[in-house]
Amino acid sequence: MFGKLSLDAIPYHEPIIMVTVGLIVLGGLAVVGGLTYFRKWGYLWNEWLTTVDHKKIGVMYILVAFVMLIRGFADAIMMRTQQAIASGGAEGYLPPHHYDQIFTAHGVIMIFFMAMPFMIGLMNIVVPLQIGARDVAFPFLNSVSFWFTAMSVVLINISLAVGEFAQTGWLAYPPLSGIQYSPGVGVDYWIWALQISGIGTLLTGVNFFVTILKMRAPGMSLMKMPVFTWTALCTNVLIIASFPILTVTVALLTLDRYMGMNFFTNELGGNQMMYVNLIWAWGHPEVYILVLPAFGIFAEVTATFCKKRLFGYTSLVYATIAITVLSFIVWLHHFFTMGAGANVNAFFGIATMIIAIPTGVKIFNWLFTMYQGRIEFSVPMLWTLGFLVTFTIGGMTGVMLAIPGADYVLHNSLFLIAHFHNVIIGGVVFGYLAGFSYWFPKVFGFKLNEKLGKAAFWCWCIGFFVAFMPLYALGFMGMTRRVSTYDNPDWHIPLVIAAIGAVIILCGILCQFAQLFVSIKDRKKNLDLTGDPWGGRTLEWSISSPAPFYNFAETPVVHERDAFWDMKEKGTAYKRPAKYQPIHMPRYTGAGVIIALFSLVMGFALVWHIWWMVVVGFLGMVITFIARTFNYDIDYYVPAEEVEQTENQHFKNLEKQA
Amino acid sequence: MTSETLKHHDAHAEGHEHHDAGATTVFGFWVYIMSDCVLFATLFAVFAVLGTSYAGGPTGQELFDLSFVLIETFVLLASSFTIGLATLAMHRGDKAKTQQWLLLTVILGALFVALEIYEFHHLVGIGATWQTSAFLSAYFTLVGTHGLHVTSGVIWGLVLLIQIGKKGLVATNVTRLSCLSLFWHFLHIIWICVFTIVYLTGVL
Repeated sequence: MFGKLSLDAIPYHEPIIMVTVGLIVLGGLAVVGGLTYFRKWGYLWNEWLTTVDHKKIGVMYILVAFVMLIRGFADAIMMRTQQAIASGGAEGYLPPHHYDQIFTAHGVIMIFFMAMPFMIGLMNIVVPLQIGARDVAFPFLNSVSFWFTAMSVVLINISLAVGEFAQTGWLAYPPLSGIQYSPGVGVDYWIWALQISGIGTLLTGVNFFVTILKMRAPGMSLMKMPVFTWTALCTNVLIIASFPILTVTVALLTLDRYMGMNFFTNELGGNQMMYVNLIWAWGHPEVYILVLPAFGIFAEVTATFCKKRLFGYTSLVYATIAITVLSFIVWLHHFFTMGAGANVNAFFGIATMIIAIPTGVKIFNWLFTMYQGRIEFSVPMLWTLGFLVTFTIGGMTGVMLAIPGADYVLHNSLFLIAHFHNVIIGGVVFGYLAGFSYWFPKVFGFKLNEKLGKAAFWCWCIGFFVAFMPLYALGFMGMTRRVSTYDNPDWHIPLVIAAIGAVIILCGILCQFAQLFVSIKDRKKNLDLTGDPWGGRTLEWSISSPAPFYNFAETPVVHERDAFWDMKEKGTAYKRPAKYQPIHMPRYTGAGVIIALFSLVMGFALVWHIWWMVVVGFLGMVITFIARTFNYDIDYYVPAEEVEQTENQHFKNLEKQA
Repeated sequence: MTSETLKHHDAHAEGHEHHDAGATTVFGFWVYIMSDCVLFATLFAVFAVLGTSYAGGPTGQELFDLSFVLIETFVLLASSFTIGLATLAMHRGDKAKTQQWLLLTVILGALFVALEIYEFHHLVGIGATWQTSAFLSAYFTLVGTHGLHVTSGVIWGLVLLIQIGKKGLVATNVTRLSCLSLFWHFLHIIWICVFTIVYLTGVL
């Protein structure tokens, strides 16, 4: 009846896990209780769960990202404390079985359930506004994408309380992840969480690719697109071209585990290195999927806060395109030690180093934009400056690792860990947090607290260096990744320093949440009445904050790059149209969340081999989707009067400011 | 076309900023097909790597019956022709003919799936299962994935038949049939590659 599932699946004997689960359950109950007490279920369903508004979907993505940042960071700080104390024969407090789950969960959560939702959330909020569109090309699909991501997050958190998580490392290499060496459900949780969110991501990729190519405002040619939209376009190309590879790779591993096939097994002709090749053929583009939008954010922020147009727009666009293409021909540098031979390694080593060239071009774009600019040291600009220094160092250690000879010594060591955290934290996290404070007023109508924002930046930046510079040294000292105990006394001091760094980063995260709390409390003092709090250059700043649900009362016409700046210069900004038109908008629908709920049922059932429940989940998904296609009434018109009222309020605010 | 849909269309034309929704959907479906293409490309790459990993088990030469595969191929290609006729009828606005050709397409698609299930059943019966060797794992997965795609195409076709029956050839249904037709032709291109790379090179 319940497959492999029994009450023994709950890890009662692990106090750390049980306390965490207890807190999550209590928190969940508090939320449910609060919703019931304040009678907010209807509001939640009508305004959020069923929404197809790209801005609200974006907000929910970022909420998921923040929640998972806490989870992923809790894993990180546990690993740092374990390694700080488990020296010279001490066992530490995490047994290897648990420690292995933690480093796996940390990687999976930070990439798939923190960085990806954060990036897609920002893209959701910003891209339609920057191109002068009213929504994405396929609003319903957008809702489905989000709920798939959200449900896979639920699934991965269920693994904490019911059963276990994978102990294989975040990419689950076979044969370790095969059924022979990982007979438990941990890898299965990994598989289905990735498959469900992967489908969501692929749909997002298609959706935004079409949105950017088909729904730009009149006059906005490709080379007049804002840079963030350009990087989002390239990221979506990468998603479309690489996520199917992940889907197939994980599916083949699934077939090995569930049906006894022999793709990656040790016997009957299986080939483990094929898995490693396939997963990195997705995995390398994935890092650019994450970092390209961050580059776009830095470009927007730099131009805005230096009050200059971006230096070398064209070169930056071509550098982005070059990176997009090159990202597909470097995957082998993740396993030079496979033994493919000197020529193959040389090719991939050189291809990898070549990526440093377009990336360097971008660094100079930002530097020259700042040069002779009037730099305003706002929070987003601080993140940008921190990024320039941090990311450049990470990039250089990357070029070091791209030398096959050096990689033979450094691979699988903490040097590698330091390198990729250097580029992911310094590039991706700094970028998204810059974007978060930059676009926050556009979504909520008030600015974030500057002081706490700056404190968060300094804690993150200093904490990062304290936490990860010792790891470079430890790599040279021969310490490998993923060890829970060690007996080399020389490693102890650097690991203690690294743990202190992690605590400083924790302060940064706390400041970030404090900032959110204080800003919401003081929102009346920081209202953004003009809709243009920073002196922005692109179209999203031309409308009120928070942006009205239809975005643009009248579709803007674009003549130049930095379209809104151009309008302000020519005095054509903030013009009332002669007559407001009714606006065509998609209706909200609950189909997305229902389909995704069934996918969660199916995923959970597949993990535990509860076959009847798999059928229920699968049929539920298919039938809900088909039922949805029978609904032909999926859009409506916002009456012109309503538009006029909303816009008049904005013009009144503008006058008050002037 | 009913007056209701006409009104709908006028409304579209009125909002000058609103792009032609049907064209956007078809373009989006093209992009989806490209991603599906990558999915199949990956499976073909896997088959290329494992295609000779027989592990002492049977080889393609011993297993494949080209004349049977030829029948499968003709069934599928015939369905490609019939969906083409359905699309032509749709563009003429001939609802009855559209339905007839779409129904025939669905039947041919179902027949193809049945033939494939028969083939798989036969292979498993003679002991050549997906567990036998990496070659057979890759074979069943590649051909089976194509078969699953055809199956979902058949279900899609059936749903669309009901929808055309209920609503006629309204804009949404026209877009849907255009997408289904793209999907269907795409699957046949994939099948040609399966035929060449899996079966033909398998027996050579």
